[in-house]
Amino acid sequence: MNELVFFINNVVIAGSVTGSIYAIGAVGVTLIFSIMRFAHFAHGDMMTFGAFMVLLLASAFPGAGAAFGVPAALVLLPVAMALTALLAVGIDRAFYKPLRAHGVKPIVLVIGSLGVTLMLQGLIRLFSGTGGSSLYVDDRKEIFRLALPFEGVRAPVVITEPQLWLFGITLVAVVGLHLFLTRSRLGKAMRAMSDNPDLAQASGINTNTIVAVTWVIAGGLAAIAGTLLSLDVTFKPDLSFFLLLPIFAAAIVGGVGHPFGAVAGGFVVGFAETLAVFNWSVLLRPFRDSLPEWLTQAGNLAFVGTEYKIVVPFFILVVILVWRPTGIFKGKVI
Amino acid sequence: MAAIIEVQHVNKAFGGLQVINDCSIQVEKGSITGLIGPNGAGKSTLFNIIAGALPLDSGRILLDGDDITNQPANALFHRGLLRTFQIAHEFSQMTALENLMMVPPAQSGENLFAAWFTPGLVRSEEAEVRRRALEVIDFIGLHHVRNELAGNLSGGQKKLLELGRTMMTDARVVLLDEIAAGVNRTLLGDLVTNIERLNREMGYTFLVIEHDMDMIARLCDPVIVLAQGSVMVEGSIEEIQNNPEVIEAYFGAAS
Repeated sequence: MNELVFFINNVVIAGSVTGSIYAIGAVGVTLIFSIMRFAHFAHGDMMTFGAFMVLLLASAFPGAGAAFGVPAALVLLPVAMALTALLAVGIDRAFYKPLRAHGVKPIVLVIGSLGVTLMLQGLIRLFSGTGGSSLYVDDRKEIFRLALPFEGVRAPVVITEPQLWLFGITLVAVVGLHLFLTRSRLGKAMRAMSDNPDLAQASGINTNTIVAVTWVIAGGLAAIAGTLLSLDVTFKPDLSFFLLLPIFAAAIVGGVGHPFGAVAGGFVVGFAETLAVFNWSVLLRPFRDSLPEWLTQAGNLAFVGTEYKIVVPFFILVVILVWRPTGIFKGKVI
Repeated sequence: MAAIIEVQHVNKAFGGLQVINDCSIQVEKGSITGLIGPNGAGKSTLFNIIAGALPLDSGRILLDGDDITNQPANALFHRGLLRTFQIAHEFSQMTALENLMMVPPAQSGENLFAAWFTPGLVRSEEAEVRRRALEVIDFIGLHHVRNELAGNLSGGQKKLLELGRTMMTDARVVLLDEIAAGVNRTLLGDLVTNIERLNREMGYTFLVIEHDMDMIARLCDPVIVLAQGSVMVEGSIEEIQNNPEVIEAYFGAAS
């Protein structure tokens, strides 16, 4: 049974955490793609920006959380979301909109976003320094140890407070986005524009408004993903940047332009990563007596070493794209 | 007679090719004006310029006396200027009915706050829109495919959907770009009746690009002939058909 707990801690919980972060990030990437038809490379740094805003705000108002009994970072998250949304709209106005107005090919926008990445990362480093800092400024990270009510189980299931928040917020964000896209007229207008921008405009839909709304949503989601990631580990100026590639893999695996595909893709990639680096020999320990010796003698039965974790999303990407070239869900249109 | 659309000295070049050349036309309020001309005469380009889909190089466009030069298509929609597309456009991932329901302007649901805080109002408006969409879809004879994804409809059905879209809102001017192409003869009759009825009963003004001369003859008065980017001649269909210049342009020196 202790082995099972080990599995829950290292695969179920760890995979859900990674999967949720990838999912929220990939939803933003996929929405931007479905409306503006380009891969937004600066998404990782928008996540970092959101987390950095939370760090600044939490340092300024360390007591903000005490009144509600939650970490200050979470109370201040909505403010950081608004600021990140503002930044996203601002970046669009300053850099992408002039490019679009000239009718450039999508690849030019992609390269433009690469420039924005470097700029944002440099700016954040300038103010935050290159080291890590905790988003828990004045409060403490709660760690829950749940002992399972079985005989002989010594190890508890360990889950932290930010992880619980992460699961909850991911669920709310995904359900909320779904209702927005299917029920509200603005959401339907977004779907219409991703389907046929010319017709959308000829039907009286203001495409500039839709673009701005897309950036607001993508910015808000990026702030959530960046903050919850930094709460789970710690804030670093390049933390989210390194998640960019798995996030893109998740968006593509799910079917680019499909928000639920992005969520599914996020969890597929997240779990694939954790399962690939999980040491399976632990699970085999109870069956030691009935297994051949060569299997029990091996100390580490992980598929790949932790240092090769980053390869896993690409492996998944290749497999899924061979099996189903448009992603798990048929992509391209919301 | 008052002009609802005035195109004044418009020029448009693609690269070195002067597609629209100092072109001026007027569309009278309440008329069904035909726009014909040989391939490459600039009909569709002129349409796209009027509809706000293409920027013009020089000149002015007036809608009911207001300057609408270079306004985006969505702004023109809200001023009552609608267009259909030569190659039928549709929201492929929505059903035929949902396609029609996308059209009506100025609903509260479009406003974010209204969508969240007054769901009752939004819902009743949606019910109204749905009722109208069902009427329209009956009218254009697509009732049996209303719940099919629009992307799966045939070319002719998509054309009908295009016309249906213009009936969802109170338009003042509708630009029809080869609405008859790919629609079968029986439906075509309905289409013509339909356009005439919208013109007579609802007061829609139509500007029609068409290659089908029968349809032009049945529907349009006056007819404008465009050649090499400017107006060659304008008049009733009889005048046009007997004009030697037009015969020359259409059939060449051989005839």
